[in-house]
Amino acid sequence: MSTFITFTVLGIATGAIYAVAASGLVVTYVTSGIFNIAHGAIGMFAAFLYWQLHIDWGWGSLPSFLVVVFVLAPLMGALIERVLVRNLRDASIAQSLVVTVGLMVLLLGLAQSIWPPNQSRTAVGFFVPKGIKFGEVFITGHQLVTMLAGGLVAAFIYLFLNRTRIGVAMRAVVDDRNLASLTGARPNRVSQLSWAIGASLAALAGILLAPILSLNVITLTLLIVNAFAAAMVGRLKSLPMTFAGAMVLGLIENYAIGYLNLSGWLAALQPSLPTIFLFLVLIFMPGARLRAGRLVGAVTPRVPSARRALVGSGVLLVAAWVLSGVLSGGDRLYAMQGLGLAIIMLSLVVLTGYGGQVSLGQMTFAGVGAYVMAKTGGGDTIQGLALAILVTGALGAIVALPSLRLQGLYLALWTMAFALLMENLFFGNVLGLGAIPIGRLSLFGFSLADDRTYMVFLAVVFALMGMMVLAIRRGPFGRLLMAMRDSPVACATLGLSLTRTKLTVFMLSAAMAGLGGALFAGGLTNVGSVEYLMLQSLPLLLLAVIGGITTVSGALLGGAAFATLPILQSYIPQVAGLTPLLIGAAAISVGRQPNGIAFQISEGVRKLLPSERRSTTAGSSTQADPGPRERDHEEEVTRVAAAAG
Amino acid sequence: MPLLQVEAATVRFGGLLAVSDANLDAEAGSITGLIGPNGAGKTTLFNVICGLQSTVRGRVTLDEQDISGLKPHERARRGIARTFQRFELFGTLTTRENILVAGEIRQRWSKDKDEPRKIADRLLDTVGLRSVADDRVDSLPTGLARLVEIGRALAMDPKLILLDEASSGLSEEEKERVADVLQSLVREDNLGVLLVEHDIDLVMGICQRIHVLDFGRMIAQGTPAEVQADPAVQAAYLGSEEGAADVMEAAQ
Repeated sequence: MSTFITFTVLGIATGAIYAVAASGLVVTYVTSGIFNIAHGAIGMFAAFLYWQLHIDWGWGSLPSFLVVVFVLAPLMGALIERVLVRNLRDASIAQSLVVTVGLMVLLLGLAQSIWPPNQSRTAVGFFVPKGIKFGEVFITGHQLVTMLAGGLVAAFIYLFLNRTRIGVAMRAVVDDRNLASLTGARPNRVSQLSWAIGASLAALAGILLAPILSLNVITLTLLIVNAFAAAMVGRLKSLPMTFAGAMVLGLIENYAIGYLNLSGWLAALQPSLPTIFLFLVLIFMPGARLRAGRLVGAVTPRVPSARRALVGSGVLLVAAWVLSGVLSGGDRLYAMQGLGLAIIMLSLVVLTGYGGQVSLGQMTFAGVGAYVMAKTGGGDTIQGLALAILVTGALGAIVALPSLRLQGLYLALWTMAFALLMENLFFGNVLGLGAIPIGRLSLFGFSLADDRTYMVFLAVVFALMGMMVLAIRRGPFGRLLMAMRDSPVACATLGLSLTRTKLTVFMLSAAMAGLGGALFAGGLTNVGSVEYLMLQSLPLLLLAVIGGITTVSGALLGGAAFATLPILQSYIPQVAGLTPLLIGAAAISVGRQPNGIAFQISEGVRKLLPSERRSTTAGSSTQADPGPRERDHEEEVTRVAAAAG
Repeated sequence: MPLLQVEAATVRFGGLLAVSDANLDAEAGSITGLIGPNGAGKTTLFNVICGLQSTVRGRVTLDEQDISGLKPHERARRGIARTFQRFELFGTLTTRENILVAGEIRQRWSKDKDEPRKIADRLLDTVGLRSVADDRVDSLPTGLARLVEIGRALAMDPKLILLDEASSGLSEEEKERVADVLQSLVREDNLGVLLVEHDIDLVMGICQRIHVLDFGRMIAQGTPAEVQADPAVQAAYLGSEEGAADVMEAAQ
């Protein structure tokens, strides 16, 4: 019995932390419409700040706590809202996801450069080692504080939303931003306040969680998955259901520790429980309602003609051949990795750039592809490569199915959870800390094992795949993807099964990532687990966005950026720690311009060429455009009228 | 038996009954109007018909088959097309591509394999968009964008087309064009049209039957003349001055 009580108390304490984190997530999401993937990262950062004040500088625990939770964190939240979120008002899910992923990577990089991970730090709980003994059960002071915090947060949010003027305004903004602004509420201030509160709650959760887990940059950042799983129970809306979900999740985790004797590979199930929980919640979620009333018209890059693509490919091959000769052995390895990643990024061009869906687990598919190829035949056969494509395509379908009925946000978060699951259950177990060898492809008895040959071969594959992607874009399927990205509702009312289309594009994308992964691993000649961690998928996405996720050349630029960064580091060592910072900051700044650097370059070049000048206006909407504006106004009027009537 | 029948449709938004026990039917080869003051629930009822809005209760039948349980794309495949009051165009595509995609989507599920390019070509002329065929639709003025919506809906060769505020933002000339196109499709292809419209003159001029919705309830239905004479309708429109003037004017 006492075991049961002990684990129940632990479960409630853990659940309370999840509840605090999840309610912060929900409050910011409903008031600003932006899902903050960096929520866990904010909590992580706050936990480190608290450590800095309390342990390193020797402040008392109460002043440190108050300063972090009630001053620094809210300021951080308000700042993030002002600088990032406000610009994302009408952004697509893909754009806003990219920006908050950028923020997450930025915070990770910042934390790692301020508090280098090679130095060990311990988070200290509250009132350690004091506690209260109930019979045989000892409840620590920290657990009591945690449970109290959960209760206080629940009461605070309830009173705030129902009994204060600004709280009521906040709920009004959720219902209808435009209408609320007409009645005198100021949506921007309300949104800013919600981000301040959200960050404060994230900070509280981070500080409470650090002593229980560990003061680790990554572990604490991943709190987002647990918070998200709990918030999904309340469908990212209902706070009571979110609290319930958090409690259930906390209890499950702790009962699993207490009662299930997980050994062998099952031991890896333990950290995967939130993901499994999330999976079940997703499966039982009712499908999303399609909403009408969104006007989309992004600037899209022109699709190059087949001739132009051919010329580009030729240039790439020559460049690869020249570079492979010029670069030293180590740098050539980076260049090969860059090309491999560029191929994987092409899978994101199709999925995200064309299809408008976001995957935060693309490196997982790449890893599975590499593993399958390594394990088939001698690890260097074309059959192995074909099998890698098939297996990852099928896996993509299985992964996509539970979340496809839902909105794009859920697919993205689910792929992130899936990547973590694979990291714990598959890569961690099968590969551990080691690596298995993989060969470089040999075609028709012709070996590509030589470094120079393999690098040129990768460039050939990129060129072929790039032309395939462009052919898709020009054809009916590409048109369909653009249409689906612009208006899913219209597609459905024209008779299109959105689920099937999304499934197709996700499978295609996963298979492309699998192929890219197998070839990428060939460059390294081994398959280790480090390259395929969930966190590796984030810079992949961000670099693709920076390069330009809507274009093939953008994927190449993204891969080139990956290759250049370590080469740069070898000359300027100071850059080393700053890489995540650079990537995060760049991603945030281009988040609103999804066409990335590739588009800027091609537009710049086009302006220099007089012969091209006339044709640029066709098919681009950069010129002043009375249509949408007029419609927006009209829309607002009818919406207000409809709501009033 | 009418082409489309809605029986006792009821939609609840929180505490508000947006549509309550609404009945409606629309015949093939005929134009049916659905009018009512702003916020009466017309668009919500459209959403019910094409499956974008779930109901508390109610039944939708098309061609005597119950389609209440079907998803939006399944209903579309049975022959219901629609346009959107607030535009749901494929903004990054051109006018031609907007219609072409609709044809290509149709090709994915339909048995008769009409060449989508031919369909698009024909419809560009039908709705009179030839001159802007290669312009991106997010750069079109409102009136032309409405016509793209109509052209795109027609590309799936529907039995019934739901037009949500088909004429708002259109010039007189464009309105006439839309009316002509609809009337010829109704005559020649036996198309059924259900029209939500604020231009009372247009409604009274081209509809064979009219349903009047107010506060989510169907308060009247009948021929244009019957509806105009209905005291309940006049009372409903008196609530909004502009509408009342319209009704009075049209009645004179």
